[in-house]
Amino acid sequence: MVAHAIFFYVFSIIAVISAIMVTVSKNTVHSVFFLILDFISISCLFIMIGAEFLGMIMLIVYVGAVAVLFLFVVMMLNVAQQKNQWFNSEATSSSHIPIGLIISTIIFFELIIVVGGWKYKPELSDQNINQISNEISNTHSLGQVLYTDYIHIFQISGMILLIAMIGAIVLTFRRREGVKTQSYLKQISRERSEGIEVLEVQSNKGVKIDD
Amino acid sequence: MEYINLVFEEVYKILFLLVPVLVSVAMIVWLDRRVWAFVQKRQGPNVVGPFGLLQSLADALKYIFKEIIIPASSNKIIFILAPIITMTLALIAWAVIPFGEDQVLANINVGILYIFAVSSLGVYGIIMGGWASNSKYPFLGSIRSAAQMVSYEVSIGIIIINVLLCVGSLNLSDIVLAQQKIWFIIPLFPMFIIFFISALAETNRPPFDLPEAEAELVAGYQTEYSGMMYAMFWLGEYANILLMCALGSILFLGGWLSPIDLYPFNLIPGAIWLILKILLLFILFALVKAVVPRYRYDQLMRLGWKIFLPFSLTYVVLTASYLFYFNLLPTL
Repeated sequence: MVAHAIFFYVFSIIAVISAIMVTVSKNTVHSVFFLILDFISISCLFIMIGAEFLGMIMLIVYVGAVAVLFLFVVMMLNVAQQKNQWFNSEATSSSHIPIGLIISTIIFFELIIVVGGWKYKPELSDQNINQISNEISNTHSLGQVLYTDYIHIFQISGMILLIAMIGAIVLTFRRREGVKTQSYLKQISRERSEGIEVLEVQSNKGVKIDD
Repeated sequence: MEYINLVFEEVYKILFLLVPVLVSVAMIVWLDRRVWAFVQKRQGPNVVGPFGLLQSLADALKYIFKEIIIPASSNKIIFILAPIITMTLALIAWAVIPFGEDQVLANINVGILYIFAVSSLGVYGIIMGGWASNSKYPFLGSIRSAAQMVSYEVSIGIIIINVLLCVGSLNLSDIVLAQQKIWFIIPLFPMFIIFFISALAETNRPPFDLPEAEAELVAGYQTEYSGMMYAMFWLGEYANILLMCALGSILFLGGWLSPIDLYPFNLIPGAIWLILKILLLFILFALVKAVVPRYRYDQLMRLGWKIFLPFSLTYVVLTASYLFYFNLLPTL
């Protein structure tokens, strides 16, 4: 139990510190790296409470895919410069910080309200106690609930994600004029006979090549 | 006192796993170069030690004594962290590889997800190395590599789903034990081919070694690295290749199971069979390197997203319907 507690405090301290560093650090790329560290320590905490499936999915989806895209965007756009401009020039520094403060206080109070009014449905908690057994791994039990009782909700959320993906593609897709495309079939199926022509070249006359 | 004993026992187990892995990484580099040379009718490294076996050790010694140069305009902390992360991630994934029944460091429920997660983290070593070098070639190389690894992870994930449909468990030992009747390479042969090609792309091996295409990008994300830091990238890369071979032999070639369940073959310990299978897959990796020319980048992306992804998705549907129709779906 002692080791468990030590690991819990280590991971949670790392999570909190890296979450603070995400907002504080000057270099935006460093912020993303701290965000990744935060994700990793949160998934370690998930694994510690026995939700190993959730922890691993968190690693795969957030750290393996989402954060890579974050990194791409931040590295490509060079946000670090913009951030310096925002916070260093005296004229603009006052206009951003108050808005941020207002939004964060609103979110903070919302969280307090939610946590204060938190209550499990009594019949739900009774069911849970009955259902959890040590013989079935939590991946199995998750699958049994997700694909039977909540199949419609699960499918609908999948459809929403798919629609969001298609929507993002449609919104950003521009058909550009004059773009040369390559046909792989054409490139592969080229024969020697159509690509090469052997000509008799007479001296001092040359050959006319038609393009 | 009990805790300390426990810790020592774990450390002993970890060393017992990691030291052979590191030694075999060194040997595998030698094997890679020998196979490559054999295909091209050359000798390959054959001077240091018997058959040149100690060549990798000599190379490692050379790297240790070389100066580590850190570029002045680089981001120093991330520059130093990048090779460390690459090598650590390549080594920690070995914790869940089973070498026999109960011969595994951590027999966790979600072993295959753990390997998948760790290999998807591997991309950070490359991105960090490329970005922190603060130079054009490494940055281009790392962006190419990240896009490539993220794309091929998707198809590897779907191939793993195919296998999991037949097994009904995420535990690697269960996956091996489910193949006692028939190895998954037979019913899932097309998936094995796609897994092999995706593994080549995932580990940046030729013909998909675009991140370090020397004709265009010098050495990609490794350009600014020297000495021991370069060697760590190199060790991590080969440890990853070995890991992919191990994963392939566990998913499709029956892991530690012997090919024929008969008397003389049963006596050979499972670890030997697993190592033989890993070596077989690695020799295939090395042969591909020697035989196939490098892919163009757009063709690589097209192969991943437009051919492998739809094909393996279709195969998931086929496998699931087959298992459902013939009532073969695994139960708890």
